[in-house]
Amino acid sequence: MAAEAKKSDFGGKAHVALNDPKLRANFRRAMDGLMAKRAIQFADPDEWKSLRARGAANRARALARLPELLEQLDARCTANGIQVHWAETTEEANAIVLGILMKAGAKRVIKGKSMVTEEMHLNAHLEAHGITAVESDLGEYIIQLAGEAPSHIVMPCIHKNKGEIAELFAEKIEGQVYTENVDELTAAARKALRGCFADADAGISGVNFAIAETGTLVLIENEGNGRLSTTLPPLHIAVTGIEKVLEKLDDVAPLLSLLPRSATGQPITTYVNMISSPRKPGEKDGPQAVHLVLLDSGRSRVYGDTELGDTLRCIRCAACMNHCPVYTRVGGHTYTFTYPGPIGKILTPQIEGLDCAGDQPHASTLCRACADVCPVEIPIPDILVRLRTEAVRPSATAGVKGGGSGRSAAETLGWAGWKTMYASPLVYGLATWAMGLVGNLMPDSLPMLKQWTSVRTKPKFAAKSLHQLAREKGFSDE
Amino acid sequence: MTDSPRPQRPHSVYFFGTCLIDLFYPDAGMAGMELLRREGLKVVFPQKQTCCGQPARNNGYQDEARAVARLQLDAFPGDWPIVVPSGSCAGMMKTHYPELFEGDPDHARAVAFSKRVFELTQFLVEVLDVRLVDRGEPVTITWHGSCHSQREMGVVDQPKALLRQLTNVTLVENPREAECCGFGGTFSVKQPEISAAMVTDKVASIEATGATQVVSGDCGCLMNIGGAIEKAAKRLRPRHIAEFLLERCHGR
Repeated sequence: MAAEAKKSDFGGKAHVALNDPKLRANFRRAMDGLMAKRAIQFADPDEWKSLRARGAANRARALARLPELLEQLDARCTANGIQVHWAETTEEANAIVLGILMKAGAKRVIKGKSMVTEEMHLNAHLEAHGITAVESDLGEYIIQLAGEAPSHIVMPCIHKNKGEIAELFAEKIEGQVYTENVDELTAAARKALRGCFADADAGISGVNFAIAETGTLVLIENEGNGRLSTTLPPLHIAVTGIEKVLEKLDDVAPLLSLLPRSATGQPITTYVNMISSPRKPGEKDGPQAVHLVLLDSGRSRVYGDTELGDTLRCIRCAACMNHCPVYTRVGGHTYTFTYPGPIGKILTPQIEGLDCAGDQPHASTLCRACADVCPVEIPIPDILVRLRTEAVRPSATAGVKGGGSGRSAAETLGWAGWKTMYASPLVYGLATWAMGLVGNLMPDSLPMLKQWTSVRTKPKFAAKSLHQLAREKGFSDE
Repeated sequence: MTDSPRPQRPHSVYFFGTCLIDLFYPDAGMAGMELLRREGLKVVFPQKQTCCGQPARNNGYQDEARAVARLQLDAFPGDWPIVVPSGSCAGMMKTHYPELFEGDPDHARAVAFSKRVFELTQFLVEVLDVRLVDRGEPVTITWHGSCHSQREMGVVDQPKALLRQLTNVTLVENPREAECCGFGGTFSVKQPEISAAMVTDKVASIEATGATQVVSGDCGCLMNIGGAIEKAAKRLRPRHIAEFLLERCHGR
């Protein structure tokens, strides 16, 4: 994703986050609210089950034919007057967007919310070439003012409370006095953004679903900023990952219901934009030119493996992070890369490599809360285990970037020893007998016990094992 | 799983004790076997059994996990149900054995094995339809449902249905019951600070219910929650449901 070499430091960043009571309270409160709102939306388990099955099937069916659907999308968009560009890397995508803007002489850009452009670090790239990009989604606008990265894929500034936003606005927006009144804060942002919309030479947006059959770009949002960004400026550039394709327009229906209900607990989004062409002769509004940039950035490698490929079904609703007990405690910035939470833990190591983000698949208890709420049935915990496996023993076929990088002699030896003990009734019997005798003498300072006993007492070995007690009490062996 | 038809009441069952219970909580295992025996079943405890293999599987060591799992396939050769006093180990054997043996000569055996696996409370309720008589003193408890018991085995209401049969037991629901306690096997030592934060929150939520005992069906969670309770010197008692139920029925 990034040009600079980044490496995940989950434990180190978690340490900082865990010791920030304000941050923890912000996340806990926000996630509790989101979980409660989602639960109301899916109160009927049968409706949830059938809708989810339809959503998952539509995404799976599209992915099964991804290469040909992308070709079809390209052809349909082109026929509709949308210019299509393919980018293998984020660098290529940045160059394409910059090229389009420079050719048009665009200096000021207004942006709708787009995680893919976050993945590309597009704003910084444009800035370096003298083009100003202003984020128009309220949350994105706030973190842009603060010079931060999103901490959540749907609510990018969820890590901040209104006091922090009030301070930021008073400091950064000219003439703004400190207020914690949410309506006044929103009005201040709206006022500042109005001029940016009017002055923009180009609008850049993401895409929620790209329909191959019709060449339609579907964009959902709540603030109207997406519609303004894609209709007001003379030039619109939509940027998307290649996995967002759907076969036909009908396929979008269950997903339009699943996404907002899973994400924010809203029955529907305020705006559903369907963009199928630039302004046609005789039409009074809309951009004169529309471009679509299709970004791969490691996705086709993910696609190559049947199990791992399920990662690409994601519709970016964030329900997995809203329900994740780890994310709730450490927040989005702990994940270093663009996509946090459970989906980030399976996506980032595949895109960046297990050598860069190998600690992320292990930063999970495999509690399956994410799998329970995923509206497209991505088996996140099983993919986490698969990535843990690829990190120590890469499979010949998968080719996960950085596969095998998690191997260590000590750990390999440890699990070999574990197997020797547990795969042999005889060795196991001897070992448990010995541990019953001396196990409790182990000092708290031993490597793994030290971490364990930071907030817990040491487990106590029983004098007699269950095996022994069962024998003594006459429970039959066969 | 709950959507399969109610199996016939067998005359014999296997008991898979789990490695944690074997080493640290054998009384919970004995109580589980006694609960089955007092229903008139012959309870068989194969001495060859060791561990379900989950620790290695979860850490990416599939070959090691399979070797250990294969021993369990050998240890339970009959076609009786295999009752497990842990939703997590039961979940491993029920939902992950088939995939663990994918492409292995023992795959069919693993699939057949997985179909015989029951979590203890699930078996007591769904197969035996037990009726419990409470002989204990009044007590207020709360329930902790383990992640795998809830989300792999679909065991959510069964243990609470058993606890509600006990007339002198007041069960107070924990609003955060479904949330992970932060154990996660090696997670607790690989991300010790996050795990510590999770278990500290879990204990606080248990304490807030006003219960004096926290009952659960998984010794991994109990080791984590109980260890944190003891370290913080809280006046709360962690209990495995098997021990708790048996004790109530005996009036102790």
